[in-house]
Amino acid sequence: MAMWILNDLLNMKSIISIHHVSKSYEGRTPVTALQDISLQINKGELFGLIGPDGAGKTSLFRILTTLLLADLGNASIDGMDVVKDFRKIRMYIGYMPGRFSLYQDLTVEENLKFFADVFNTTIAANYDMISPIYGQLAPFKNRRAGKLSGGMKQKLALCCALIHKPYILFLDEPTTGVDPVSRKEFWQMLRALKEQNITIMVSTPYMDEAALCDRIALIQAGKIMQVDAPAQVIANYPFRLYKAKASNNYRLLETVKEQDNILLSYISGDQVRLVFKENDRRIDFPGIELEEVEPTIEDCFIQLMKNESD
Amino acid sequence: MKALKFLLKKEFLQILRNRFLLAIIVLIPVFELAVLPWAATFEQKNISLCIVDGDHSSYSRRLIEKILSSGYFKLTSHEPDYDHALRRIETGHANLILIIPPAFEKDYVNRQPLKMMLVIDAVDGQKAGLGMSYLSQIILAYNTQIEVEAGNRTGAFINIKPHYRYNDAMRYQNYMVPGILVILVTMMGGMLSALNIVREKEIGTIEQMNVTPVSKSMFILGKLIPFWLLGLINLTIGIFIGWLIYGLFPVGNILNIYLFAFFYLLAFTGFGLMISNFAQTQQQAMLVLIFFLIIFILLSGLFTPISSMPEWAQRVTIFNPVRYFVEIVRLVYMKGSGIHDILPQLYRIFGFIVVFNFLAIVSYRKTQG
Repeated sequence: MAMWILNDLLNMKSIISIHHVSKSYEGRTPVTALQDISLQINKGELFGLIGPDGAGKTSLFRILTTLLLADLGNASIDGMDVVKDFRKIRMYIGYMPGRFSLYQDLTVEENLKFFADVFNTTIAANYDMISPIYGQLAPFKNRRAGKLSGGMKQKLALCCALIHKPYILFLDEPTTGVDPVSRKEFWQMLRALKEQNITIMVSTPYMDEAALCDRIALIQAGKIMQVDAPAQVIANYPFRLYKAKASNNYRLLETVKEQDNILLSYISGDQVRLVFKENDRRIDFPGIELEEVEPTIEDCFIQLMKNESD
Repeated sequence: MKALKFLLKKEFLQILRNRFLLAIIVLIPVFELAVLPWAATFEQKNISLCIVDGDHSSYSRRLIEKILSSGYFKLTSHEPDYDHALRRIETGHANLILIIPPAFEKDYVNRQPLKMMLVIDAVDGQKAGLGMSYLSQIILAYNTQIEVEAGNRTGAFINIKPHYRYNDAMRYQNYMVPGILVILVTMMGGMLSALNIVREKEIGTIEQMNVTPVSKSMFILGKLIPFWLLGLINLTIGIFIGWLIYGLFPVGNILNIYLFAFFYLLAFTGFGLMISNFAQTQQQAMLVLIFFLIIFILLSGLFTPISSMPEWAQRVTIFNPVRYFVEIVRLVYMKGSGIHDILPQLYRIFGFIVVFNFLAIVSYRKTQG
């Protein structure tokens, strides 16, 4: 207990504190969703939780948004405990669940008005906050939410999560299932919100979105593998990474898996990525061009995952 | 309280927008009341009768005429003997065989003991029982008539003249319509509210509601109030249709029905809530609700009188809220019972309100992680 308080005092600028949180789900095959998670998220930060499906991202979000109780550990939002002060927390946070969770049979405007009402406020009072986003939705304000396109739905959900001027925003996979253009727009909106001094915690399975965050946590199988700025995560990559291209990448991959001079090999896009154990860069495959490349977040993720499993 | 106002506004907006639901709310009472009371009658007509007349006398012909003129029976054929007649039952052409023995008239006149045989196809138990009792009554009346004509026992026999209190004409509609009103209220008020809550779970909107400052109890109240109202509106539509088609209107104070219906809805929505806590999808909730609803309705006394059920089933009906509402609606409709007469049932419903809602709260606590 004393440790945590000390920790919080040292991290005065942190607004979300997570201490040793664990969660598992009972059932025929019990699932450990989160294992001893500790994280500090700073005020005004755009923080990304990066990990594949089933990594535990949603469980962590649900604990922080007071919807789920952790088995062990504790967490606080701006000094408010997620268990004891859950009612207070709900006034100050905005949450956008991974699944579209607005009333599909109500119109865009009715949804927004309803959530404003529920938070005891009005659309007009908070219009400045949502105007850049709502501006794009306004032409469809009389359309039912269920009839909107995927990107529009996300924008409406974001508006509804913002309507009560929260200063912390939790976005659980906001861009999953959204087209690339809308995804890009969405991240621009997040940057704009950050300018308004809102702390944003966002989760995504898309590694390319990680670079858009201030800091990221790489999460896999309920464990946090690394927390750092995206550039730093890349800088921390411990190996020299090479890419190779062949007419048949799968055959190439099979070949290199047989070789004993290769530490890591996997397909990424239209190429095979390779890490060699030492300086022996031999590949027993004809017509291969080898080129050293800068690792991406995805490469870091795969390397860390390999590390964990060893 | 302010939040409740917004929740109700939203809920009514959704209900009014749901054309299908609106159509259901209006069409179900119309259909159930316009069609069912005619079909769900306990009166048995058109019982197929096969006659083996071994006597062919004027007495036996008079008896046959009397039976056929009652309107309950339909003569399918005359058969020469029992074996032929039995074949008619086996092939499904007849439900009942009446065998008039040879020398029927002779024995009758000579005041010899007489035996007639009835053979009944009992696959349809109700038809068999009613056919048998109709026929016995007719034969008894025939017997009396002959005696009187012969001047044998004038005034000495017992003449039963039934007087059906509260339903003079013994119309089945008078009896079915109030019962169907109960089913309407149960379905609309009790089932739809539960399904509606599960729907929010299913489409995930409950997740978004849960992060708002709206408390769980407000949320549930916001769900139940519209359906309490819908239940009462449905009751009103039902009462109106009952009056329009059957000219039925409660003899007693109609407010007693509304009073009872209101508390009944409180109890039944508690039951629905309990189910909604366990169900993850509307389909699951629907199946469980239908399972209970069928039991509740079959054991409610709507179709089968409770007093004719076996002892154990009678005991089960004590735990059936539908039973009490069926009793009350019939009492108020036909007998004109007042508030004092319905109090015992009302107290039981209070019990259901407490138990169901308590269980709903407990199961809610248990199912939430």
